[in-house]
Amino acid sequence: MRHDFLDRYSRIDSPIHRLPAGTKLAIAVAIVLATALTPISVPVYFGVLGIFLVIVAVASRISPLFLAKRLILLEPFVLGVAGLALLQPNGGRVFAMIVIKSTLCLFTMILLSNTTPFAAVVSVLRRIHFPDLLTTTLALMVRYLSVLVDEAERMHRARASRTFVRNRRRLWKTLGTVIGQLFVRSTERAERIHAAMCSRGWK
Amino acid sequence: MHIPDGFLDAKTAMATAGLAAGGLAIALRQVRRQLPRRKIPLLGLAAAFVFAAQMLNFPVAGGTSGHFVGGVLTAVLLGPSAAVVVLASVLIVQCFLFADGGVTALGANVFNMGLIGGVVGYAIYRLVRRVSPGTRGVVMAAAFAAWCSTVLAAIVCAGELALSGTVAWPVAFPAMANVHMLIGIGEGVITALVIVAIARARPELLEQSVGEHADPGFGTVLVFGLVISFGLALFVAPFACSWPDGLDKVAKTLGFEHRAAGQPLLHSPIPVYQLPGVSSAAVATALAGAIGTVVVFALAFLLARLLVPGPAADRN
Repeated sequence: MRHDFLDRYSRIDSPIHRLPAGTKLAIAVAIVLATALTPISVPVYFGVLGIFLVIVAVASRISPLFLAKRLILLEPFVLGVAGLALLQPNGGRVFAMIVIKSTLCLFTMILLSNTTPFAAVVSVLRRIHFPDLLTTTLALMVRYLSVLVDEAERMHRARASRTFVRNRRRLWKTLGTVIGQLFVRSTERAERIHAAMCSRGWK
Repeated sequence: MHIPDGFLDAKTAMATAGLAAGGLAIALRQVRRQLPRRKIPLLGLAAAFVFAAQMLNFPVAGGTSGHFVGGVLTAVLLGPSAAVVVLASVLIVQCFLFADGGVTALGANVFNMGLIGGVVGYAIYRLVRRVSPGTRGVVMAAAFAAWCSTVLAAIVCAGELALSGTVAWPVAFPAMANVHMLIGIGEGVITALVIVAIARARPELLEQSVGEHADPGFGTVLVFGLVISFGLALFVAPFACSWPDGLDKVAKTLGFEHRAAGQPLLHSPIPVYQLPGVSSAAVATALAGAIGTVVVFALAFLLARLLVPGPAADRN
């Protein structure tokens, strides 16, 4: 699997990508806070924000198809919970409001994650004195995420090549075993990483 | 159960963010104090593990598939404080790298899945463990705790949505609780299967982790308890208090149907657990939840008996 399957476009070059990570993070969070938390119901605001985001998206040279796919992938979660609002009186307005707000926020975050490598976000968090333990955990997690996903994929392929019948009961049991194995391997890898970190002077 | 942006209003977002930050701060302090330094890389790897495991889907009835959250599993394997740190990291990465779960809802998500899943789930696990010892006890307790924490997190989530004025409580509570009573079964079964698999592959890993966090310390328990009960008081209690009122309404409906017809009672959109003779969806869900808890406890017991061979084999 590609190592950057989550933020494929975060390392390309564009005017947006060249902006400092801290600025982009601050702007994105500000947009999300303003959109999600304030009870704005002015269509003009949403329109302006939408146009701004589209301009950013074009300037960032990310494939529009990729952005659309990512948005469609995440939209069901929004629609699922927003759908509950339809079941109450006066739900239509609430539903429309939520879907517009959520979609704009979602688009903002998708743009952020694909224009800013997560490592840069972690270093911003370090600079604003996030707890050290948490930033270390985040940095290690993101670094080894693709390794573990690869590992899970390999186990899945090995299992698929050995079992010819998809049996429901079996399926659950295999899933349990695969996740258990994944944990065991993560623990072993953590021990090796610790030894490697120590040998490179980690206190 | 990841709440996206736009679903919570400012007061709920701030309250959940405050509670989550408080809980996370205690967890970090506790981890720094208790976890040996050689285990710090394990936190990052465990977070990556939870993320990767969440990508493996399991089939749920009706062609849909659910995925596993892993709060209780992490708490059983690493201890509650480490689990909160791990789950918070997973949620932060999902939010900033994958846009799954909102920035303004990050506090709510950390509270629902991290603190309820990790700490309350672990507390339930420890309580049940006291009743049944051995590997079988671990499996049973973890499965039961996984179900409880999934359902509880869903109820708190419904409370947060209702408090924000997004979805009214009589709609949100039955919908969220009913769906997650089913999802929780999947979570419980997977948790049990994973623990059995680890016990089979590396039994010392499980024993070490079960023994290591024997005592989290009175202060930590107290502060964690305060944070969580404050959250429950804020998000669930205002609505739960109206339950007697709901019962009152039911009595009225049962006694004087023609008069009560003027009062519109919201019906459950998903009448899976609707009990006959009870017309208020919220009350029916609460009752179904109570019965479900007992049933799931029995199921967890059976599952543990099925998966783990007798205590004689357990000793080798």
